Amino acid sequence: MNLESTSAGLTHANSVKSVGPHLSVEGVVFRYLHFSLATTNFEAQAGQVVAIVGPNGSGKSTLLEVVSGHLKPAEGRVLLDGEDLHRLPPRERARRVGLAMQETILLFALDVREFVRQGRHPHLGRGLFESPEDERWVDWALEKTRLTEFASRQVTEISSGEFQRAVLARTLAQRPRLLLLDEPTANLDIGYQVEMFRLVRDLAASEGFVAVIVTHELNLAAELADTILLLDKGQCLRQGSAQEVFDQELLSRVFRTPVLVERNPASGRPRINWVATRS
Amino acid sequence: MSVPATRRNLLLTIVLLSVGLVVVSLAALMVGGVHLPLRQVWVGLWGAGPAGQAEVIVREIRLPRVLLAMLVGAALASSGTALQALLRNPLADPYVLGISSGAALGAIVALWVGGRVANASPLAAFAGALVTMVWVFALGRRAGRLSSYTLLLAGVVTASFLSAVIIFVLSMLSTRDVRGTAFWLMGDLSVVTDVQLHLLLPVIALGIGGLYFFAKDLNVLLLGEQESAHLGVNVTRVETLVYILASLLTGVAVSVSGAIGYLGLLVPHLGRMVVGSDHRMLIPTAALGGAIMLVVSDLLARTLVAPGELPVGAVTAVAGAPVFIYLLRRTTG
Repeated sequence: MNLESTSAGLTHANSVKSVGPHLSVEGVVFRYLHFSLATTNFEAQAGQVVAIVGPNGSGKSTLLEVVSGHLKPAEGRVLLDGEDLHRLPPRERARRVGLAMQETILLFALDVREFVRQGRHPHLGRGLFESPEDERWVDWALEKTRLTEFASRQVTEISSGEFQRAVLARTLAQRPRLLLLDEPTANLDIGYQVEMFRLVRDLAASEGFVAVIVTHELNLAAELADTILLLDKGQCLRQGSAQEVFDQELLSRVFRTPVLVERNPASGRPRINWVATRS
Repeated sequence: MSVPATRRNLLLTIVLLSVGLVVVSLAALMVGGVHLPLRQVWVGLWGAGPAGQAEVIVREIRLPRVLLAMLVGAALASSGTALQALLRNPLADPYVLGISSGAALGAIVALWVGGRVANASPLAAFAGALVTMVWVFALGRRAGRLSSYTLLLAGVVTASFLSAVIIFVLSMLSTRDVRGTAFWLMGDLSVVTDVQLHLLLPVIALGIGGLYFFAKDLNVLLLGEQESAHLGVNVTRVETLVYILASLLTGVAVSVSGAIGYLGLLVPHLGRMVVGSDHRMLIPTAALGGAIMLVVSDLLARTLVAPGELPVGAVTAVAGAPVFIYLLRRTTG
């Protein structure tokens, strides 16, 4: 199955000279022992946010790791600014790609600032210590994720939501051209969920990177993403704008439960709700 | 508490700890069966001319012992620090991967088979340590790559197995030889030759230096293997080299002085309490701190039950356990 990019936003972008990073996922296929990701194609320009949604086990995290260049696709390739991400040495890749997956909890005394500072590791030269510029980016990342007041707290002492923001801060400190987030809002309250999505969207625009987010938050994806990919059982069933992808019948089938797709009157974007049934 | 890793803080820490090390070392040279005033120790160390009784005590008996304590203490503490980061486990110590059991078995088998051969024991011990290191490494691979989780399990299983074999061999030895094996199981700094010291110094210095080369990578490794890979660390290369360096440091230390316990577990934690988990600060702190701790422990071992002598491993254990419990209470209380 070979799907072309269909989003109106992207076809417009193709005719405009691209400034900033350009992500091109071309015909990638990936195979695990018991699972495979079917041929997937999509493109994104600087400043755009791509959301990958789908039921559990549909291959979203796998696709994210393939896009990051960490997993070698069985077929196809991922190009960032024309460079094959998988072919890059790990350090070079880490300078361009920030990937935040579900994180393991630490057992050691590390304060939030030190934790975020690890994001500068790919950029550290031969010197032993961080440069003043590195520290500035750490400050910047802490400020953007509203963690400045937590900077000297131990990572083991903060809430899971604050920890999740710290992970985002660390990934931002990498100053990537491609930002990949796997369910960054899993432990966050509604306020922080909205804030984090908006933050990523605004930073993508102002800093000029491409963001690809795996999420379960369909409504946030609908509001804030430029392109959405809907995965199911390793296949990309549909991709494009929220209006194109969030079809009521399709979603109900894919998520195995009746959903209702309405229009958010404020933005015109789809709003998805599960249907309450009394059975 | 963590002290930011800066050039100034690093130098300050090294200088302060080095001064501390010199102070306790001088004390260790002065105190003993015969108490020597500082002036005589100084003459003993640097003086030319005919050697009086004081000079002999200082040079031939106490100095080698103090130097050995410094080197072994630094080696064990550095190895423990590196392994705690490598295995991402605060309970890791230099012996968790079976090195000390392998060394002890090597020495005990040599004793059983060859009788008392003067210099064979350290060599046999080091051979045992090397074989164990290679064995655990091979066992600790999963899908062709090193995994810290599998490595830890492989090490623990190997250590247990080797301990059982040691007990079996011990039961084959005569009681006279069994007493001598307390050395391997408790540690003893009294037997060291000049040749050994001359070999130990560069090996341990290079080993600790090598670990320091990976200090930045060890910081990232604390986050997790996957997270480290995503930050550009060549995880397999770093883990393999750190494993080899830490095992070599442990191997040489144990080969010459037996298995001195608690130091490799405790000193990294004490170091973290003072300077934090940044390995650029922690490794030098642990190395110098370990040196200080072992010089002091050996001093106590020699003097607490004078004219007798406690095995130094007993002192580190008896002193170490309460300190560890106190630490535990402080961080979790």
